[in-house]
Amino acid sequence: MSNVPRSRPVEARGGAASGPIHHALLLLLLCLLMLPVGAQAQGERDAEAIALLEALDVRAYADKARAIEAIVGSDDPRALDWLQALLDGRLQRTEAGRFVVVLDNRGRDWPVADALSGEALGEMSRRELDRIGINNALRNQLRSAIAVVDLYSPDLDLRRASAERLLGEVDADLAVPLATVIEAETDSGVRQRLVQALAIYRLEQGEVAAVADLEGSLHPRVRVALNGAANGDDPVLADAARHALNGIEQMLKLNRAAETLYFGLSLGSVLVLAAIGLAITFGVMGVINMAHGELIMLGAYTTWAMQQLLPGQPGLALLLAIPAGFLVAALAGVAIERGVIQFLKGRPLETLLATFGISLILQQLVRTVISPLNRTVVTPEWMSGSLAINDALSLTLNRLYVLGFALLVFAALMLIMRRSRLGLEVRAVTQNRAMARAMGIRATRVDILTFALGSGVAGLAGVALSQLTNVGPNLGQNYIIDSFMVVVFGGVGNLWGTLVAGLSLGVINQVLEPWAGAVLAKIIVLVFIILFIQKRPRGLFPQKGRAAEG
Amino acid sequence: MHSSTSWLTRPFHERSTRLFLGVLLAALVLVTVLHVAVPQGHPLHVNAYTVNLFGKYLSYALLAVAVDLVWGYLGILSLGHGAFFALGGYAMGMYLMRQIGDRGVYGHPELPDFMVFLDWQSLPWYWAGFDMAWFAFLMVLLAPGALALVFGFLAFRSRVTGVYLSIITQALTFALMLAFFRNEMGFGGNNGLTDFREILGFNLRSDATRLGLFIASGVALALGYVLCRAIVGSKLGRVCVATRDAEARTRFLGYRVERVQLFVFVVSAMLAGLAGALYVPQVGIINPSEFSPLFSIEIVLWVALGGRATLYGAVIGAILVNYAKTVFTGVMPDAWLFALGGLFVLVTVLLPKGVAGLLAYRVQGRRRRHDEGTAGKEVSA
Amino acid sequence: MKLLQQLADRDRVFDFLVPAASPVDVRHGPILYLEDVTVSFDGFKAIDNLNLTIDDGELRCIIGPNGAGKTTMMDIITGKTCPDQGSVWFGSRHDLLTLNEPEIASLGIGRKFQKPTVFEALSVFENLELAMAADKRILPTLTARLSGEIRDRIDEVLATIGLGELRQRPAGILSHGQKQWLEIGMLLMQRPRLLLVDEPVAGMTEQEMERTAELLTGLAGEQSVVVVEHDMGFVRSIARTVTVLHQGSVLAEGTMDQVSSDPRVIEVYLGAEEEIA
Repeated sequence: MSNVPRSRPVEARGGAASGPIHHALLLLLLCLLMLPVGAQAQGERDAEAIALLEALDVRAYADKARAIEAIVGSDDPRALDWLQALLDGRLQRTEAGRFVVVLDNRGRDWPVADALSGEALGEMSRRELDRIGINNALRNQLRSAIAVVDLYSPDLDLRRASAERLLGEVDADLAVPLATVIEAETDSGVRQRLVQALAIYRLEQGEVAAVADLEGSLHPRVRVALNGAANGDDPVLADAARHALNGIEQMLKLNRAAETLYFGLSLGSVLVLAAIGLAITFGVMGVINMAHGELIMLGAYTTWAMQQLLPGQPGLALLLAIPAGFLVAALAGVAIERGVIQFLKGRPLETLLATFGISLILQQLVRTVISPLNRTVVTPEWMSGSLAINDALSLTLNRLYVLGFALLVFAALMLIMRRSRLGLEVRAVTQNRAMARAMGIRATRVDILTFALGSGVAGLAGVALSQLTNVGPNLGQNYIIDSFMVVVFGGVGNLWGTLVAGLSLGVINQVLEPWAGAVLAKIIVLVFIILFIQKRPRGLFPQKGRAAEG
Repeated sequence: MHSSTSWLTRPFHERSTRLFLGVLLAALVLVTVLHVAVPQGHPLHVNAYTVNLFGKYLSYALLAVAVDLVWGYLGILSLGHGAFFALGGYAMGMYLMRQIGDRGVYGHPELPDFMVFLDWQSLPWYWAGFDMAWFAFLMVLLAPGALALVFGFLAFRSRVTGVYLSIITQALTFALMLAFFRNEMGFGGNNGLTDFREILGFNLRSDATRLGLFIASGVALALGYVLCRAIVGSKLGRVCVATRDAEARTRFLGYRVERVQLFVFVVSAMLAGLAGALYVPQVGIINPSEFSPLFSIEIVLWVALGGRATLYGAVIGAILVNYAKTVFTGVMPDAWLFALGGLFVLVTVLLPKGVAGLLAYRVQGRRRRHDEGTAGKEVSA
Repeated sequence: MKLLQQLADRDRVFDFLVPAASPVDVRHGPILYLEDVTVSFDGFKAIDNLNLTIDDGELRCIIGPNGAGKTTMMDIITGKTCPDQGSVWFGSRHDLLTLNEPEIASLGIGRKFQKPTVFEALSVFENLELAMAADKRILPTLTARLSGEIRDRIDEVLATIGLGELRQRPAGILSHGQKQWLEIGMLLMQRPRLLLVDEPVAGMTEQEMERTAELLTGLAGEQSVVVVEHDMGFVRSIARTVTVLHQGSVLAEGTMDQVSSDPRVIEVYLGAEEEIA
């Protein structure tokens, strides 16, 4: 229902960082090189390494090819670095015979680093250096080699990433060494990937048995390959491929359903967070607080302010924003209650109008004092990225956190309502204000505390929302109607109702979205609720009995 | 007090209605004279822009009267009356669009520009007939009336009242706003309908047409006001007030409350549609922003400021707030929302009976000294 | 489907909207007949297997401790609450469970609430005007005029309830007792066949109580009256037959002397025996 765009700039940034994987690996390698390994061992390895590199500096290209193979098989951690540099023409030799890697070969003087130690050697003139040349055949060999070199690495992550890259990239040159690598591979995940990579190649070669290795894989590259085979000339192969594709399609559907469910629950959790504070104030006091959305906005801005106060520590700032956001919104709520709502007791429609006025003022206040433009709230590292369940399904972490947070807040509220003295008094006042008062419950105090609680929860919603959506003066406005719908749908004065209503509305919205479009889905949900209220005016879980009458 | 005259003519015997109509007529004549007879450049001359502005205020005033009818007398706080206003406006806009004919940018003989732009081949079925003025003007009333009928039937039948009703009326107008934003709906999407040229053959950009629309708005307001007065002054009006204050009791007396509510709601929606239809040619555009919940709730503020359940208060409120808006947004646009928000709070907390309440208080005080017997009928909440 | 049903309902009611000629079939004796009625709120049985018969022209008092289900019973008869099971008949022709509040009211069942409910914004006169038996559909209501006949009738009732002086004052300014009277006056305007009167004398002085008793006993015979009351003195002064409700069903029924000597009734009213005796 809400306008939470699916992909956030934050996520995109995370993706961008993993893009030029080579650079990252390079850096990692350099770091590894600097680790203080035992000096003796280091010496031996360096001797071997020099021998490997020396073998490259020969005239005959056939010899060079053998040297490259030797490097690939050497499992030296620096191998990828050398091969990449060789491919780019940056692996060079100084006049003194030292092997260096040119870090940047633009301009006249190039910064270089020692090929063995990685130690920066300052700038050198191009005339002082001698490049190790290659030809086209070697270039092809190098590319394949670079693709597989990490497969020899003892580092599991490197092997996994490398295997990932191989899907659909295997050619005749690679097929043979790949088969031996598969034999040697110990990790089942990496091994499966490699088998699939090889199977794609075998499939392209027309081997029907390869289909069996690809069955059940959800990777898009596998589907591309199978699709190719399904439309190919070989009827037997095409048949097998189609069969495998059908199976994959089934699983994809399942995964897509799971993804929709996840997005639905995520949206639902946002709705629950936004609405549950409202459910408390509306349910207990019968007060419609139209400024509820702006209390959410205050929570979001508190997060932003915290991050401004603690530059460079977005995670800590976010954690601190949770109590701070609660407090800021709760105080604002109390101010609204004391300043306006208490004078409008028993006039719900007037309260609605007055609090709407307050919402306008708060919005404009933020526009004037801070800015009419959206503010950026940083997503801490531990919240960005995603959790990959399989090739087709990965759950974005920030949404997962918000979902968990929503459930946590809900559980806490449940606990307060069921177990604490305040909860008892609140329930008493909800059911019969006059009687509760007669029993010595100070209804005014309960009102203030309830309002503070409801508003504080709105603040928490704001903190969570700052991780999913833009923080701007209109943030609250976008959620207020949805929140009301959730409360009304769930049944006033019933926290469980709010939870069920919020989550189910989120899911319904996401289920409708693919075939109706975002806007139409929202319209359908609104119309659905309007019709639903006709059928059950008191929501999913109505309060019954005498207290509900009237 | 309760004369045995017919319900429709009864308002003309009321002092307050006569006074209202007199003031309205005087204002119409005054503006017309100052516009037409006083030469341009003279300090008393009212220019075409101002006439246009006043015309806009009058159509807003009619809208406010429609809202007061349901809120003030029936206790139904509709936060979605902007939807009926906008529907009437769209019906008028569709007529005006069809009047453009082949003089649009693309020069298509039948299709409005935005449809040509969207590469549509023919008019959608629901645009049929809007080239005829009588049909379009009928739809100005029927489209909002039909929506109110369906929505009201469902809502009142299941006894959705109070804040619940307010919330779902708000959801209704919000859903419609989203729908009208879609290009596929065939109402011009985001941009709405605009670039109108003429109405009933009169050039919309000429001063004379603007004056005519201003007068038409005044007449419509007068008619709407009399109709509402006739309803609230009848026994049905008293049933409305009874429903507002004690719905269950009214049912036990044998009145079908939901039908009373539905009847008045539909009448109110039609008046709102009429107001929208008068508004559109005067501002030259209708777009989905008229459906925004903010606008609908603003209308309620006009009524609250003017004073509920008085009708004339709604007119005062609409003109006051919109005049203030014109002034504010011209001088310091940032402050307008502060002022509007502040008004909401101040009116509800300090001035629950609005400006009309203040007026009535003074009049009553004076009258009570003469005659102890009569008491005012304005009632809060 | 539902719509059709409603249309059918409406047709049926049209005949009955003709005022003062309630077509209730009482040839078989009882005007109101409740059988095996049960209603529960959240598992709590407010009415449990209730059987009750009111004869035409009877004045019946219903007493019972708090929570005995007296008000809920009224809600069921007037269509405000729908029972889970059982049947409720008005005369031998009208199944009240199929009708809504206005339809039931149009049939000739009038109700006075426990808490006096009058239209506070309207004048005393207007309150009576609205209550008057008339065609209560929308257009007739819109075009209704005040004829001399109607005025006379309203004046008559105003005199009966002693509010003639206050006829043009808003009902909101009346005292509690005056509101009770106005509500009774509204019942009189309705000219119902059956009056359901919930605690009519709460907040009244002794003299007012006496007048109320006179009024109610005067009505009986012509109309049937069911009175729910806590004030035992008042009940004793008007009652012919008394029904004692307890936990949603009839505990005892008979004359005041019979029920007040019933040991079960005494047990229910434990601690309040003196009040009964």
